This record gives sequence, structure tokens and C-alpha cells, in this order.
Amino acid sequence: MSVPRFWRKIPQRYNLEGTHCETCGRYFYPPRNLCPECRREGTIVNHTFKGVGKVVTYSVIRTASDQFSALTPYVLAIVELEEGPRLTTQLVCSPEEVTIGMPVKAVFRKIGSEGESGVIYYGTKFAPM
Amino acid sequence: MRDVAVIGIGCTKFGEWWDRSFRNLFVEAGVKAIEDANLAGEQIDAMYVGNMSAGRFIEQEHIGALIADYAGLASEHIPATRVEAACASGGLAFREAVISVASGMSDIVVAAGVEKMTDVDTSLSTDALAGAADREWEGFTGATFPGLYAMIATDYIHRYGLTREQLAQVAVKNHYNGARNPIAQFQKEITLDTVTNSTLVADPLRLFDCSPITDGAAAVVVAPLEVAKKFTDTPIKVLATAQASDTIALHDRRDISTLDASVAAGNRAFQMAGLERKDIDFVEVHDCFTIAEICAIEDLGFCKKGEAGKFTEEGATALGGQIPVNTSGGLKSCGHPVGATGIKQVCETVLQLRGEAGKRQVDGAEIGMTHNVGGTGATVAAHIFGRA
Repeated sequence: MSVPRFWRKIPQRYNLEGTHCETCGRYFYPPRNLCPECRREGTIVNHTFKGVGKVVTYSVIRTASDQFSALTPYVLAIVELEEGPRLTTQLVCSPEEVTIGMPVKAVFRKIGSEGESGVIYYGTKFAPM
Repeated sequence: MRDVAVIGIGCTKFGEWWDRSFRNLFVEAGVKAIEDANLAGEQIDAMYVGNMSAGRFIEQEHIGALIADYAGLASEHIPATRVEAACASGGLAFREAVISVASGMSDIVVAAGVEKMTDVDTSLSTDALAGAADREWEGFTGATFPGLYAMIATDYIHRYGLTREQLAQVAVKNHYNGARNPIAQFQKEITLDTVTNSTLVADPLRLFDCSPITDGAAAVVVAPLEVAKKFTDTPIKVLATAQASDTIALHDRRDISTLDASVAAGNRAFQMAGLERKDIDFVEVHDCFTIAEICAIEDLGFCKKGEAGKFTEEGATALGGQIPVNTSGGLKSCGHPVGATGIKQVCETVLQLRGEAGKRQVDGAEIGMTHNVGGTGATVAAHIFGRA
């Protein structure tokens, strides 16, 4: 997967920058250019999330693609941010630690790299609060 | 719109075909379907081919033309179109074929599905399959396809109290059925212990909760109902074709363990057919993971939300039960060559309605249904069939 070369430049990966629709009040992360609720009536503005939320559901990945196999077992989760939107993320905790409803906060982490000496790419993971 | 019937079916044995090529597989399925329909090749007006990821699995694109060519139809210059919707590619190829005939644009149309998945190692196939979900915001974080369904399972277990044994029962039942299906990859019965002692893939899903990596192809021929009897004594009428979509990412769903696209496609299919749930004699659902079958039978309305575990445990979905589910053995036991699965479901339904399903025959089957899911529920195709 070589695409992350380009993803490194996506600012939303590092700062939890999403969007907010001022018409209906919904928040989006990942960002959307179009509010699925208001569509053309929507007014989309940028919004930086506080980065706190709770675990909605999770799994422990034991078999992964090459890129992530060195990390196994790792905890994958859907987190609901305090402002409302949900996202998929890795949790920085042991498989025994995670529970549904657990409060978590965003942390800046290395996500992976392209091979042993390839480009490193970074992003957001979540850790227990 | 014209009424449409299935007049021929063909399917390869599903499995690990290291000694056979992609084109070799689909030609076998296509020829079987054409022979079954008593057709000459030049009578075919169009082809729709379901294929998810030949570009990743065998590094070949332009599948529509490739299939038409190797089916011996290049000289006929028929339109041949690849249809892609991840694991629902086959179901959508079938739906396109039905729409084409129903509209009057074509008369005799082949709908096929094919996938050759074993030519790459597990790591690459895991990565390719992750492309059925949101690559940028799910795959990037290390989400695998089993991992996403595992998160559905965690949510479901937490909310509805599904037991490990109830989940395993889905696999046991489907292997029982698959052991009676000559095209199945795994024709072997298993026990609850086989499932619950197998290796963890993505908690709580274990190896025997997951459908395997498979090579295979399936094809069907559809025609206007009014001419179907010229080709076969047992045409099977397409009573409904429905399709629905939902968010590409699981985290954006209204409810993690309800596939709203299944609910919508199911409702549309029942409305189009003018039938109720109790009219359905058997159903082939998309059990890419055991939890997927649990969700599917609830989302299609065969039992209430939260009750599919008990429903399965009590045998309601087994052969001879209230609503036999996955008489073919499902994706779990037949294998899941992603693009071919939706067409294989149609083949099984036609066999059942013709009364040709052998040891897994549902007695007196008159109405059958198929349910084919792409990704974690971003696309669903649902079809209802009846004896003509």
C-alpha cells in the first residue's frame, strides 16, 4: 500500500480536524464537504475536535496485512467523539484493558511505514484516559 | 416491464484451484449454464460479470471483455460488462441482467461471477478484502475485514447477549448443509468444539466463524418468462430484484449491528414480490462471518432483533426447520470467491425450486430468497424467486 505517501499530507490525520454543519449542528470526522442531512442547504465549516470520546465497540486483531502484522495483537475500535461523530482507530492499550464505554483520548502516533526503511506515516490513535 | 426467468445455471466446484486459471474457471461455469439452458452461444445478447478485485488478485482488469472472448463470443461482439460492488458483485451482476431483460433491451443474458483468490498470499488477500470497506478511514488504521465484522459481533453480544455457542451453531449448521453440497469447498461436518477451539482471528471471531479464501465461478442464464419454456421445462421466475446502499464505513452507521441496507433491500424485495416473510420457504444469506448470518436473518425480518441466536440454536434455520437458511452451506462451507458468491446463491435457489438439491432439498420449496452483501453492508442485493 503506497498511497500513504500522499496521505501524510492530509492534515486531518494529525489534528482531528473535521467539519461542522452550521445549519443542522452535526459534526463530521472524517470531514465531509457536503452535509448528508442538509445537502445543499448545509453550511460546512472546519472544526477541530477536542479529541476525547468513548469506545463504542472493539476487536483484537490477530491476523493483519503485512503492514500491521508486527503490531498484532492490537486493539481496533470504533470511538464516539464527545461532539458526536464516530471513527475507526487503534487503541493504545492491552487487549485485556478495553471495555465498551471506556473513556479515551486522542494521541499522536506512528501508524506504520512502507517497508523496513520506507516512509513513516503518522496519525491518531486513542489511549485510555 | 417484462417478467424474467432463470433458464440455466452452472457452477464450478469452489476451492483452492492452484492448477486452474481465472478464465478456465469461468468458462466451465458459463458452459455449464449454457448447456443447462439448451442454448447456442450466438443466442446470447449480453453478459454481466460480477468480480470484485481481479486487479489485486490476478493483476488483470477489463474482465467483461476477457470473459466474452474466452466464452467464445468475441466474434459476436455482444456487450459484456463487469459489475463491481465488493462481495455483492455477483448479486448486482444478476440484478443488471434481470433489469436488461425486463426492460426489453435484451432477451437472453448471462449473469456470471468469478474470483480467483488463492494466487496471492494471505497478507495480500487480507489487504485486498479490506478495500471492500473504507480504505482511507478504516483500512488506514489497521482495520481488517474480519476485524470490522468482529466489531459488529462485539456490539451485538454486548447488547443482545448472544452466546459463543449460539454463534458457533451458525457454522455447525452451514457445514452440515455444505457436507451435502458437491460444489462446496468444505464438505465436512463440524462440531461446536471445532469452532470454539479454533484460532482467534479477530476477537470474538475465530477461524471457523469466517468464510475462507476461495476460487470459483458461477453463471446463470436469464430470459423473458414468455419464451423461457422453449428452453427448459422448469423456468424459475424472478419475483423481485432489489438493491440498497449505506455508508461505506461501519463507524458511520446508525446502528453498528443492524445492516440498514439489508433492511431496505429486503423490504423492497418483499414489496415488489407482493409477499410476506412467512411465504419464503428458504433463504440464502450472506454469511461471510457467523455474525453476518445472525444479523441477516433479523434484518430480513425472519425473526426479531436480538433473537437470531436463540432462533438458530433451536434449529429454526436448519434443514427441516421453520426457515432453512443457507441450504448450500453458505459462504462458510461453500467458500466465498467474492465476485461469484451472489450468483452461486441464485444457482442454489434454482436447484431448490427445481427440486434438484439432493440431500439438502427443502421439501415442497416454492419460494426462495437470496441476500448478498458488499463490504460491511454498504451494498445489499436481495432477490426472490418462485416456480413459474
